[in-house]
Amino acid sequence: MANFFRQLTIFLCVMLMAGIARADESIVVSSTTSTEQSGLFGHILPIFEAKTGIKVKVVALGTGQALDTARRGDADVVFVHDRPAEDKFVAEGWGVERRDVMYNDFVIVGPKTDASKVKGTPDVVEGFRRIAAGSAPFISRGDKSGTNAAELRFWKEANIDPKAWAGYKEAGAGMGPTLNMAAAMSGYTLADRGTWLSFKNRQDLEIVLAGDKRLFNPYGVMLVNPAKYPHVKKEAGMKFIDWITSREGQESIAAYKINGEQLFFPSAKN
Amino acid sequence: MLNTLLEALSLVSHLDNQVVAIVWLSFKVALATVTLATLIGLPLGALVAVASFPGRGAVTVFLNAMMGLPSVVVGVIVYLFLSRSGPFGDMGLLYSPTAMVMAQTVLVVPLIAALTRQIVEDAWRVYATEFRSMHFTLRHSVVALLYDCRYSLVVAVLAGTGRSLSEVGAVMIVGGNIEGYTRVMTTAIALETAKGDLPLSLALGMVLLTVVLLLNTGAYHLRLWAMRKYG
Amino acid sequence: MFPISLSNIRFTPDGRTVLTGVDLDIDVDGITVIIGPNGAGKTVLLRIMAGLQTPHDGAISWNGDKTPAPGIAMVFQHPVLLRSSVFHNAGLGLKPFGLSRAEAKRRTMQTLERVGLAHRAEDSARLLSGGERQRLALARAWAMRPKLLLLDEPTAALDPSATDVVEGLVREIRTDGTRIVMTTHNLGQAMRISDDIVFLANGRVIERAPTSRFFARPQSTEAKLFIQGELPWRISFDN
Repeated sequence: MANFFRQLTIFLCVMLMAGIARADESIVVSSTTSTEQSGLFGHILPIFEAKTGIKVKVVALGTGQALDTARRGDADVVFVHDRPAEDKFVAEGWGVERRDVMYNDFVIVGPKTDASKVKGTPDVVEGFRRIAAGSAPFISRGDKSGTNAAELRFWKEANIDPKAWAGYKEAGAGMGPTLNMAAAMSGYTLADRGTWLSFKNRQDLEIVLAGDKRLFNPYGVMLVNPAKYPHVKKEAGMKFIDWITSREGQESIAAYKINGEQLFFPSAKN
Repeated sequence: MLNTLLEALSLVSHLDNQVVAIVWLSFKVALATVTLATLIGLPLGALVAVASFPGRGAVTVFLNAMMGLPSVVVGVIVYLFLSRSGPFGDMGLLYSPTAMVMAQTVLVVPLIAALTRQIVEDAWRVYATEFRSMHFTLRHSVVALLYDCRYSLVVAVLAGTGRSLSEVGAVMIVGGNIEGYTRVMTTAIALETAKGDLPLSLALGMVLLTVVLLLNTGAYHLRLWAMRKYG
Repeated sequence: MFPISLSNIRFTPDGRTVLTGVDLDIDVDGITVIIGPNGAGKTVLLRIMAGLQTPHDGAISWNGDKTPAPGIAMVFQHPVLLRSSVFHNAGLGLKPFGLSRAEAKRRTMQTLERVGLAHRAEDSARLLSGGERQRLALARAWAMRPKLLLLDEPTAALDPSATDVVEGLVREIRTDGTRIVMTTHNLGQAMRISDDIVFLANGRVIERAPTSRFFARPQSTEAKLFIQGELPWRISFDN
C-alpha cells in the first residue's frame, strides 16, 4: 500500500514537471506596468504571435526595474519609457538596436473638487507648484519607474524638494496601486494616459491637467546585448523589434482604443 | 461595496477560458509544490523529531521560525539563484512555472517539516521505548511514526497547500506574472487590483476561497472517518 | 545470551533508590516471575534486562557480553498499538529483521492464528478489547521468535477469562523454547505459571526460590507477610 503511494507520487511529480516545463519558442520582454495594465500588449501580442509563432512573455515592472532585470540578463528585449535611462543603458553596453516605438502623454489626475486649483493652468510645472502649495496630498509612484522619473524632473524644474513637503506620499508601487491610493486619499498624481484610461476604480478622480508639451512620454524598445549575455534570443528578439516598428506593428498600436480613445501614438522612423 | 460584490458573483458564474486557465495553473503549481514539499518535509520533520544530534534544538527553532518566512524574501533569494547572472542562470528557469514551484517549495518545506516535527515528536514520546525494545533503527521509527500519524499529518500537508495557493510574493517575483504562462490566481488578483478592477479580483478571490474551503472540508471528513476507523 | 547476570545493580533516579545491590542470574530455561509490593522496582528490573535502561551502578552481562544480544522482546504493561490494522501491528517487530515480504507475512499470520486473532487481521488494532490488545502485543513479540521474552504485568487490566487466555499463551510461548521473565501483582498467577519466583522488596532481591518451595516455605519475614497479606484476596478475586 505504502509502495503504491510512493509510486503514485513519483508518477504525479514527473507528470507535473513535464507538463509545466513545455518549451515553445519564446522571448521574455521586460516592460513597464503602463503597457501591460493599459491592455496594449493584450491587443498587439496575439497578432505578432500568430504571425511569427514566437510566444512573447511580458514581465511588467517599473522602467527602472525592467532595465535592472535586463542588466541581470533575465530578459531578451526591453520595452520602456525613460529616455535618459534608456540612453544610459545603451551607452553602458547593456542594450543594442534601440528604436523609438510610440508615445503617449502623462496627465495630472486629481479629485473633481480640485482643492489645489490645478485646473486653472496649462503649465505642468506651475501645476506641480500649486499642488505643493495646497493641502491635498500628492501620491508619487516612488518606484524608479519612467513615470516616477518624469515626475521627479517636474519637481526639479519647479525648484521644489517634494520630500520636504508633508503632503508628498511615496507609494512604492505600480501605476494602478498609486491611482487606487490617490482615489482613496482624494489626492493628485502623475499618470500615463494609457493606464488612466483603462483604470476602473477612479471614484472621484479626473484629469486636471494635460496637453503640456513637456508631458510627452516616448517609449523605446531595444535588444539586450547578446555580446554580454549569449543566451539572449537574438533572432526572435529582433523579429519582435522589427515587427513592432514595422508598418503592421505601428498600425496595430494605433488601432488600440479604449472607449474610442487612442492610447498610444506610433513614432517609429521607418 | 455591494455592487462590487454582485458584479463579482456574476463574473464567477460565467468564468471565461482565461480565468479557468489561471485557476488550473494555480492548481498545477500548488500540486507540484505540495508533492515535492511533502516528500521532503515529512521525512525531514520526522527525522528532526526522532533523531538526537547536536544542534537539534537550533534546527527546531530554525524550522519554526521559517514557517513565518515572508514569501517575498524567498522570492528574491530564488530569483537571485535563477537569474542569468546567478549561479543557476544557465538553466534558464526564471519566469517559468518551474521556478514558481521551486520558490514555493522552499517556502512550504519548512512549514510542513515544522508541523510534522511537532506531530511526530508527540507520537515519538509515546512509542519511543517500545520501538527501542523492537530494535528499530532511525529509519524504521521514522517510517512507522509517519504512518501512524498519517491522518494528523494531513493537516500539515493542507497547511502547505493553503500557503502555496494563497502566496503571492514569491511567485510574482520568480514567475513574473506572465499572461497565459505564469499568471496564477494570486498574481492575477494583484494585477486586477492594480488596474482598479476590483470586481474581477474579488471574483478570483472567491474562487480561491472556495477551493481552500473545499480542501479543508475534505480533510476534516477524512480525519473524522479515520478517527472512527482507527481510534 | 544466557546466562544473563546482574551483579550489584543500583538504580537511583533523582537520588531515589529503586534498586540496590541486586544480584540475579537468569538461565536458559523456564518461566521466572518477579513479585513484590508496588514500587519494589519490578518494572525497572525488566527494563534493565532488556537493555532499555542503564543501571547507575553494578554490571549486567548477556552471556558475558556488555550489550544486549538480539532476541530479547518485551511486552509493556500498557502496550501502545499503531493506528493501523491488527496485521500491521503484529508484524511491526519484524521490520528490522529484513525478511522478505512473503516470509514476514507468513510469520505474522501464523502468530496471529496462534493467539486467535487471525480472523481480525484487517481490523483496526486500536478498536480491539483489552484482552485482544494484550494478545496482539504478545503476538507482536512472539512473531520475533525471541529467546527471552519480558512481560510487564501482562494481565493487570484483564478480566479472569482474558487472563486465562493470556496465561495459556505464555505457557505456549515457553513451550516454543522462549525464556520468560515476567512481573505480576497476581500471586495466584505466579503460582500457576512460574517455575521460580524472584521476590523483590525495597529495591532488593529478598528471596529467589522454586515456586512450590517459595509459597510453601518462604524464608524471609517480608515474603511471609507478603504472601499472607496478599494471597487470600487475590485467589478470591481470581475465582
